[in-house]
Parts: sequence; structure tokens; C-alpha cells
Amino acid sequence: MDSLIVVINALPAIAAGGVVTVGTVAVSLALGFVLGTPLAVCQVYGCAAARRLAEIYVWFFRGVPILVLLFLFYGLFIALNLPAAPFLICSVTLGMTSTAYQSQIYRGAIQSLPKGQLNAARALGMGDKTAVACIILPQALRLSIPGFANEFSILLKDSAICFVLGAQDIMARAGFVAARTHEHLALYAAAGLLYFALTHIVVKLLLRLERHFRIPDYAVEGGGRS
Amino acid sequence: MMADLLRVEGIGKTLGGRRILNDCALSVNRGDLKVLIGPSGAGKSTLLQCINCLIPPDEGEIWLDGERLDRTNSAELCAFRAHVGMIFQDFNLFDHLPAGENVAIALRRVRGFSRAQARERALTELARVGLVDRAHLYPAQLSGGQRQRVAIARALAMDPRVILLDEPTSALDPELVGEVLSVIQELARGGMTMIMATHQVEFARVLATEILFMEHGVIIERGAPEALLAEGRASRTRDFCARLAEFRIND
Amino acid sequence: MPDIAFFTQTLLPALNRGLLVSLSLIIPAGVLGFLGGVALGCLRAFGPPPLQRLGDAYTALLRGVPLVVQLLMIYYALPGLGIYFEPYGAALTGFVLCTAAYQSEYVRGAIQSIRKGQMQAALALGFSKRGAVIWIIVPQAARRALPGCGNEIIYLIKYSSLAYLVTCMELMGEGKVVASDTFRFTEVFLTVGAYYLVMVTLAGWMLRCLERRFYVPGFGAA
Repeated sequence: MDSLIVVINALPAIAAGGVVTVGTVAVSLALGFVLGTPLAVCQVYGCAAARRLAEIYVWFFRGVPILVLLFLFYGLFIALNLPAAPFLICSVTLGMTSTAYQSQIYRGAIQSLPKGQLNAARALGMGDKTAVACIILPQALRLSIPGFANEFSILLKDSAICFVLGAQDIMARAGFVAARTHEHLALYAAAGLLYFALTHIVVKLLLRLERHFRIPDYAVEGGGRS
Repeated sequence: MMADLLRVEGIGKTLGGRRILNDCALSVNRGDLKVLIGPSGAGKSTLLQCINCLIPPDEGEIWLDGERLDRTNSAELCAFRAHVGMIFQDFNLFDHLPAGENVAIALRRVRGFSRAQARERALTELARVGLVDRAHLYPAQLSGGQRQRVAIARALAMDPRVILLDEPTSALDPELVGEVLSVIQELARGGMTMIMATHQVEFARVLATEILFMEHGVIIERGAPEALLAEGRASRTRDFCARLAEFRIND
Repeated sequence: MPDIAFFTQTLLPALNRGLLVSLSLIIPAGVLGFLGGVALGCLRAFGPPPLQRLGDAYTALLRGVPLVVQLLMIYYALPGLGIYFEPYGAALTGFVLCTAAYQSEYVRGAIQSIRKGQMQAALALGFSKRGAVIWIIVPQAARRALPGCGNEIIYLIKYSSLAYLVTCMELMGEGKVVASDTFRFTEVFLTVGAYYLVMVTLAGWMLRCLERRFYVPGFGAA
């Protein structure tokens, strides 16, 4: 029973950590979306040099563990005299990693569209930029929602290591209370459940979003690790 | 006990509370081609799958060459199935093996042929269906008609005493039906014993030794095609075939 | 200016030491996790319904909770129940339990993607049920599961860095010690990153070779 009381007492702190966690993930996802979309377009339609650069970016961020990247960015922030706030470093690191993963989702979706779509847009006199922005992306992004939901749940779980840089997220708060009360099992179980619940709630919401935007009888892509 | 090659009696099957087959009996002699005709859902396919126990019948007996099949003995069941070939509506070629290996794998793993023996036999059978030059291609690289011909070669390679054909041309585009039917016709002419469910009435009229008409899980009429399909004869079979023909024309 | 001596005398020896520990985590965790995933996947596909549900629940839980939480629980919370782990044992246990859950997802998906007719055709040719599974179902399911299971190994390579959080001194941990001692975070973690990049790239290359080796036209992901 003691452990239950400890958990209940710790709930406000853990919830405050939840706000930090969700904030970090939201900023990272947004950054990943803003940078990942052009990166995907560049990988499909860019010139050879741009494609090569995009490939190297994706290769790097997909090949290096988040934990290593966090410390690397910490070092870079210090070296470049940027403000070394944990929230900022974590969001940028997760965001740039997510950029790599999200670009792969959008690239796959763009490539799954029939060739005729771009040709039809060109035949109507659209420039390539207009065609991609008005015809290709609206279709590709719809197809990407399940992949995006996947990416969210991966990112949420990855964000649980941000405490190593001092971010005051769920894990940091749970760990702090655990260190004082020695109720590690109860507190980490509570943290785990919170992550579990957050994943499921947001993924449900995103899939509802997908149904909202779904075009009847339109094929949908999915898959990947979640 | 009798001269029939394959004989089934009293086959019945209930699935999910629905009576699919009721007291079905048929027998084939060496060289017979028996054709099952009837509307979709009549139980033709279930009957064929009950004969080789892919769907185990709830009741009924099966004899091959006068020997009663003990369905509970799995070794005996496997041996029985190896002697009874089956052609499926949707081919069911093994998707991960090229055509030649599709024919060879059961020879090697069921009949115990060596790799070389199996390969040689597979090529012989593929030649028989006109596909020896396609042995290296995978199912996905073949047309529907070619896939079904490979499936026939696969069944033939096991030296079956009888072949069950479950609507072998139903999943094919119209222009591919002919190539498969002509292979089956070759087999019939060569004296192969077969039981075939089909909607190809003309084919049945010309080649069948007997037509069995099924409806609601029961064989309700049987007889030689010339008798059942004769002009002016009021048979359910004839009605059904006439409707099929009408439908074809309206198509 | 890059300080050659720092690299050759301090950083690289430490990282090479860590690399050995990392490999001794990744290889057993990969093998055991894969075998566990196959067993769990088969259980979830073929097992009796109550066990299927249990397997599903286990998988959902381990895939839904961050690996860090699992590792910290094993290392810091289980002693409260009288179960003690060395850092290495805690990391290895956590990796095996978690990666098995992910692997089982691919194995189960692959098994369920095999069309029913494949089994029927095999039985109709006289295969025994066991023979049909060995010669027809497994070769197909293995091909379907290969990309997913291979990717999972690649994830495992990267997530093995989390062992540092339970004080297991592998590649990441050795790097962190050098970085903290010298405060050269950028150089140290670029180098650590390069080690992981090499491992991940090699593993990816081997996976692609395997996929090419077992490629069958028209037999892709379900």
C-alpha cells in the first residue's frame, strides 16, 4: 500500500513531466514534418547531388542511436555557444532524427502514386512546384498518416531517454521520486503505463484523422516498426 | 469387393450449423470422366474436398481400389492423397518455388525421389502440358492458364490413379480457358480417371462419361450427357445448362 | 585542430573496449530474441486461444512501453523483489525480452500472410501436416519475415546503446566517460556515432544480400 501512496503523491510531478514529454515530442514531430516533407520531395524529384545529400542525411540519422545523437548535439550546442537548455537540445535532436524517418515515409508514399498524376498535372499547364504542392503532396500525405502514427509512437518511446540531458520529463520525475522513496517498481510501472496510454490515445486519434481524410476506395500504405 | 477405382458413399458435412453435403455417393471406373454440375454453393467444391479429406467429412466412407480409407490414420491418409490428384480453382502453386520445383517438390519430399530424378520427371510432365521452357519461372511470372497447366503437371507427376478438378477454369480470363481445357481433354482421351466440377457445359457434353447435377448439397440427377441434355428432355440439368447458355449470350 | 594523440591513445582504445561489450550484448540478444520471437510468434499464430491472448498482451505491453523503462525496471526495481542483475545481465535480459516481442510481430504476420490454399495444395499432394509446414509454409513465412526481422536486428544494434543507462560499460558508456573526462563531446560522440554507423551499415548490407539471395519474383511483402 505504501507504494500506491507514493505513486499517488508523485502523480502531479509525473503529470508535469508528461507535459514536458508531450511538448518535446510535439515539437520534434512538427520539426520532422516541416523538414521531412521537402527532404522527401528532394529525394524523389531533386537533382542527383541533392538526392545524394538527402540520402547521406537519412543514412546518418537512421544509423546513429538517439542516445549518441543527444550527447553529440549537446556537444555541438556548447561548441557553438547556443543556449544549452535540455528541452531545446532534445527537441532539435529528436526533430532532426524524425526528419530522416518522416522523409522515408513521405518518399514511399510519393513513389506509390501512379506516374499519371504528375503527367496529368503537367498536361494542364501546372509547373512542377505547383503540381507537387497541389496534386502530389495532398495524396501522399493522406497515405502517410498510418506511417506518421507509427513515427509518433516510436518518437514518444525514444523521448524517454531525454532525462540523460536533464530534461524534466516523465522519466526524470519518476526517477527522482524513486531515488528518494526507493519505490522504483511502482514508479517505473506508473511511468510505463503512462507511456503506454499516451501511445494508444494519440495513435487512435491519428487513425481517426486518417479516416476523416480518407478518400473512398483509395489504397493505403502502412507498416514499419511501431 | 467391387471393380470401381474410387467409390464414396454417404458423404455428409455440416459446417457452422449448415448442412453443406447430404448423403452424396459416387463411384468412378478406370478411364471415367465424371462431371459435377450445379449452381454456385451447391456443394460441388466441398464434395471434391471431402473426397480427399481436405475437408474431413462428418460421415461417409471412401474406397480406393476396393480398400476402405481409414481417415484417422494419418500415414494412410497421406498415401491416399498422394494417389488422388487435386486441381484447385485458384491453382495454389507454391508461390516461393519456380514451376519446375513446384512439380518436383512432392516427388522429392513425399515420394522420396532424388533431386535429379525429380527434376527429370518434372520436366517430362511440364513438357506434357507444353511448358517445359517455363520451368525456371516463378508462379507470379506465369499467366493464369500457364499456372493451372503447371498445377496439372504437378498432380500428374505423382502418378495419380484419379484426379479431382475443382472448377479448374473458373478463375481464368476467357481467352485462357481453352488452353487448360485442351490439356484436360488430352488427359481424358489418354484414359485418365477424373472427377471434375465445372460450368463448361459443352466440354461436359462432349467428354463426360456421366454428369452429376448437384443442388443444396445433394446429387439430384445423374446420367450420361446425351440422356440428361437431350432436346426436349425435362431435366433439372438441362434447365440449368440452358440458363447458363442464356447467360453467356447476354454477357 | 584534431588532436591525433587524443584519438589514438585515449578515445579509440576505450571505444574498442566498449565495442567488444556492445557486440557481446548485440549478438546473444539478437539470437535469443529472434528465437524467442519465433516461439512467441508461433504461439500467437497457432497456440490455444488463452495462450494466444496472453502472447498478444505481452507483445502489446513490451512494444508500448519504452525500452528504457523496461531496462530501469529490471535493474533498479527488480532488486526490490529480491531479483538481482549485473548491469550486463540486466541489459541482455531487457533486450531479449523486448526484441522477442517485436520479432514475434513479424513472425506472426508472416505466418498469417500465407494463403490457406498453400497448405491445402501440399496436403492434396500427400504431404503430412508436418512435411507441409517444413517444406512449404516455413520457406514462405521465412521470406516474408526476413525484412522485418532483419530490421529489428538493426534497431537492436542502435538500442544496445541504452545499456549505458543501467551502467553497462559498452560503446556508449565508454564514450561518455571519455567525453565527461575531457569535455570533448562533439569529437567523442561523432566517433561513437561512426562506430554505430559502421555496424548498422554492415548489418543493412548483409540483410540486403540475404534478401537478394532469397528473392522470389512476385513474392514480396504480403
